[in-house]
Amino acid sequence: MPIVSGSGQTKNEHQLNKGVWDDDGAPKAAPFNTVGQRIPLKDAYRKVTGEGVYTDDMKFPGMLHGRILRATKPHAKIVRIDTSKAEALPGVRAVVTGADAEKRFGVLPVSQDELAMAREKCIYNGEPIAAVAADTEEIANEAIWLIEVEYEPLQEFLRPRESLKDVDDELRLHEKVDKKHPKTNIHKAVDQEFGDVDDAFKQADAMPSAKFNFDGISHGFTEPHSVLGHWDADDRLQLYTPQQVPHYTHRALAKVLELPMHQIQVTRTMVGGGFGGKSDPFQHEMIVALLSMRTRRPVKLTMDREETFLTGRGRHPTESKVAMAFDNEGKLLALDSDVIIDGGAYGSFGVVSAYYNGVLSNGPYRIPAFRYHGKRVYSNRIPSGAMRGHGSVNPRYCTETLVDMAAVELGMDPCELRMRNFLESNTLTPFHKFRITSNGIREGLAEAMKRSDWKNKWGKLPYGHGIGVGCAWYISGSALPIHWNKLPQSTVHLKIDMDGGITVHSLAADIGQGSDTMLTQCVGEVLGVDLGRIHVKSQATDTAPIDLGSYSSRVTFMAGNAARAAAEEIRHKLTDAAARLTGQRGEYFDFVNEELICRTKPDVRVSFMEALHEAQADIGALVASGSYQSPPLGTTFKGSNAGLSPSYSFSAFIAEVKVDPETGFVQPLKVWAAHDCGRALNPLSVEGQIEGSVHMGLGQALCEQLRYRNGQLLNGNFLDYKIPTPFDSPEIEAIIVESHDPEGPFGAKECGEGALAPVIPAIGNAIYDAVGVRMFEVPMTPDRILKAIEKKAREEQK
Amino acid sequence: MNKKLLKLTVNGRAIELAAEPYHTLAQVLRNELNLTGTKVGCDMGTCGCCTVHIDGKAKLSCLTLALECQGTEVRTIEGLNEYEMHPLQKAFAECGGSQCGYCTPGFIMKSCELLDRNPNPTREEIKEALAGNLCRCTGFMKIYDAVETAAEQLRKKPEPSPVKV
Repeated sequence: MPIVSGSGQTKNEHQLNKGVWDDDGAPKAAPFNTVGQRIPLKDAYRKVTGEGVYTDDMKFPGMLHGRILRATKPHAKIVRIDTSKAEALPGVRAVVTGADAEKRFGVLPVSQDELAMAREKCIYNGEPIAAVAADTEEIANEAIWLIEVEYEPLQEFLRPRESLKDVDDELRLHEKVDKKHPKTNIHKAVDQEFGDVDDAFKQADAMPSAKFNFDGISHGFTEPHSVLGHWDADDRLQLYTPQQVPHYTHRALAKVLELPMHQIQVTRTMVGGGFGGKSDPFQHEMIVALLSMRTRRPVKLTMDREETFLTGRGRHPTESKVAMAFDNEGKLLALDSDVIIDGGAYGSFGVVSAYYNGVLSNGPYRIPAFRYHGKRVYSNRIPSGAMRGHGSVNPRYCTETLVDMAAVELGMDPCELRMRNFLESNTLTPFHKFRITSNGIREGLAEAMKRSDWKNKWGKLPYGHGIGVGCAWYISGSALPIHWNKLPQSTVHLKIDMDGGITVHSLAADIGQGSDTMLTQCVGEVLGVDLGRIHVKSQATDTAPIDLGSYSSRVTFMAGNAARAAAEEIRHKLTDAAARLTGQRGEYFDFVNEELICRTKPDVRVSFMEALHEAQADIGALVASGSYQSPPLGTTFKGSNAGLSPSYSFSAFIAEVKVDPETGFVQPLKVWAAHDCGRALNPLSVEGQIEGSVHMGLGQALCEQLRYRNGQLLNGNFLDYKIPTPFDSPEIEAIIVESHDPEGPFGAKECGEGALAPVIPAIGNAIYDAVGVRMFEVPMTPDRILKAIEKKAREEQK
Repeated sequence: MNKKLLKLTVNGRAIELAAEPYHTLAQVLRNELNLTGTKVGCDMGTCGCCTVHIDGKAKLSCLTLALECQGTEVRTIEGLNEYEMHPLQKAFAECGGSQCGYCTPGFIMKSCELLDRNPNPTREEIKEALAGNLCRCTGFMKIYDAVETAAEQLRKKPEPSPVKV
């Protein structure tokens, strides 16, 4: 088996402690029950049999089919919409347009700039203009082409630099733009400077700098967007949607439909991949609700693949100018970056993106002087948003490339140079005061070097064959929620009745990453029960307490802690019951294998069911609630909240590639991917997240790009948008580093996003090692690599 | 309406239904027969999610017109789980070969065809067989593990899978 689970640190040391007592005679805490075990995803059997229900699999009696008409101009006034012919088509039950919903919405409270459908003007080619509900899909398809739309074209903003200019009010894409640039199309500008950057560059011995260009990319989840709405007989909206954040959709629906939230139930169906692309509240969710409210019938709308691309929210196209300063020992002195990111038509998560592109460069290395000018602009392109590794991936490529360039300039091993600059454990970053708790990056890099035989390969492989390194870190849940209120970020409810089944209620969205399994483990760990007892209900807002959902790599840390807290509450009730039954002290009971075992008298045992029934006397079902709220963190300057997290993951990757100098084609051979996830609650899942991140990062590194002509997307399909196939994908050796976070549930922190960013620079640096060219454009497609090789050859001839 | 009578066998059950000439097999399976385990990811033959078996061969049901399947034997992911879960299904679940699960039925059907004709494939042969299937979650490693694990299981079994149609 090629998968290596862990670095040797992952051994369950607690298992070695089984039955061991401390020297002072105090009973030692019980060993782990399920933490650290390789557990298949709880819903995996439903997925492999086809039983799992995704939105498009659902059918209701009398269900109508929805279809959206999309704008065909990137920027234009909508002079006239005539829906009469569509309405007259037999089988059409409703047609809605922007006139039917005037309230704006958006995921961030500060960027409420989306409409259910365009009103007055359209701002990207593909924006929803109108929609129909009809008896069949065929009729709905036919009907949208009967809707007549007359456009009056406006000046288009298709390159992010054009959006920096002052323009007339009519040409501003949104009313609200950055306060410092009120006449432009700049959505958000962030300017930060700490320490003496200019002085650091004066002192420096190496000052690598470069301009970088990143194309936009898409999440490429395999399940197209699909949503089903039903305005039911009780005058409630039932919305079924594959959402990463049902709660934000719930809020947005209430706002757009002008209904109290409790009159709406959002139900998350199975999610066929998200990666950030299903975390905004969406126009199609609003549209289906409007169509169903109009017809009082269930309406299902499933997009085709091109529409799914057009709905967007992928990684921002980015232009970066970055410089770093080092002394001759390889110590990092300063980082200076100037970044323009193309937000496309809407705000989405963009304010966060504007911050993250800068502030998340304050790790994994200590940056003693820091300057960042970032501008996120509106343009007439597909909306950008949050995608796996949100805001950290492109800047990470820049810094990791420059670190590599510095190593070459200073004649140092790039890994050694990195080792000299890593943040320590239990420290604060100098300016933003990001609190680093556990940090296993040194161990991770050392292990990746060892396994890849780095020392015998770097700089020593033949021409066309190379090895490169990239390191990264990532937040383990944003410490500040986007809605400022006093509610916890995660709440988990437990209910146990006399049947012995444990129901876990949570709105943390299982999007395939395995959060239901994680909740099961956190509860099962505390209660020492067979995991088959535990049933997770994480779909419907009526029953699940609010959780801020699956984004910002927050779920294991926050919902896991909430689940653990709820289970501890149940545990207290059960230990009280065991104490009553046995006369022993409650706190001495360990929960192992469905039994409560007295630590001081191991013969005294109460079965889980006995304890449960005793605890239920006079009160019935046991219920408990646990919650998680980030501790106060950070400092006080404006914008200092961005990037704060209760914990950070760290990763160190090494990639080996072959580059064909004749064609520019890159064949990645192997990636050694060391990721510090605190503690691997479920190593099978952790490896899956690391391997998936490597694959997705590889796509951005080598082949994925959204291509446009005149504002129109050219490659909104999987034939022309190239995602690596099995043949393009390398062997991946996932190396789990466990640093045991003090606040994560059982020591865990994130592993789903941070493992993406280091792949791209590791590949880029390996290409340099192979053929001696630095790639400043991503993806590093064969034509770009060939161009760089030819340019280098020309320069050498001179 | 130009519906025509379509007769075929699906997962061992004789089916007669009226199908439009433009309806794909995927549409008929999902919409008419409620066999929603077969997924549609792209509707143009680029992702492999809709893979089913037609007369024992793995085919893309989104690129196959329903009426082309006249008289054929079709097997879907649901047909692999009768009386007993197929070793491939178990292995995909237990090796971590399925995360979001949307591509999984297609991968399993394609892998099943591979193991039917090659009970002991090398990793390169597995890659070749699965090259037309897109998984965005796993990075493929655990899918290879699953296929290899299932192949080993199947080789141990004296008789072929009991659900063989």
